[in-house]
Amino acid sequence: MMIKETYQVTAGDMTAAGDVSARIKRHMKQLGIPASVMRRVAVGTYEAEINLVIHSDGGRIDFAITPEGIDIRVVDVGPGIADIEKAMTEGWSTATNEVRNMGFGAGMGLPNMKRNADEFTIASEVGVGTDIHMLFRI
Amino acid sequence: MKVSEFAALSGAKILMDEYEDREIACGYTCDLLSHVMGRGQADMAWITVQTHMNVIAVAALLDFACVIVPEKLPVDPAIVAKADEEGIVMLASEKTAYELVEILSKNGVPSAKKG
Repeated sequence: MMIKETYQVTAGDMTAAGDVSARIKRHMKQLGIPASVMRRVAVGTYEAEINLVIHSDGGRIDFAITPEGIDIRVVDVGPGIADIEKAMTEGWSTATNEVRNMGFGAGMGLPNMKRNADEFTIASEVGVGTDIHMLFRI
Repeated sequence: MKVSEFAALSGAKILMDEYEDREIACGYTCDLLSHVMGRGQADMAWITVQTHMNVIAVAALLDFACVIVPEKLPVDPAIVAKADEEGIVMLASEKTAYELVEILSKNGVPSAKKG
């Protein structure tokens, strides 16, 4: 049986940021996913969730287990990314000073996702939103 | 080195009423959460001046042994309560991050490797 869950992420709520990733991790633990895979998925989903909270107007994270592995799709409504190549560069960020003071906005979010996933694709349209797909092989 | 041994050696105060006295496998100090996400490993001791909810989220997601707050920085009781709920041990110290790293290092705790 294929497992699929959808989690909504609210924009702007810094206190709740990380809750969805924590729920996904608990779910993986119940399913007996190996710790090393859980760690990589946790990094990917947390970075995605933080991006949704900081940069988007809200979105969702889909979690699925497929024959290929753990499949994560992150879809948001929001400003989109004008220059994806730049956004993928370590250290490049458009975060505000307020969130930087909290330790976010290091410009490592997308690079961390790419590094931890076995497959990573990103598509974005300015003024519409961003769509990220990550696959983690088990 | 156990968390309790580190507390005894450094004089750091354990902020939890009850906690699991875990073995510290490695250490890291950084205040940028994405760097910590990239570097963090299970059973790591993390020294940071950040004391908001997201610190607990990161520590719980990566299964850290403890979070150590240096330089007498205040920690909100709501953060400690959240740490307790997530099974994360928090410590507070008067020492600087540098001094705390020195104690970990001298007692054989290695630096976290790039994940």
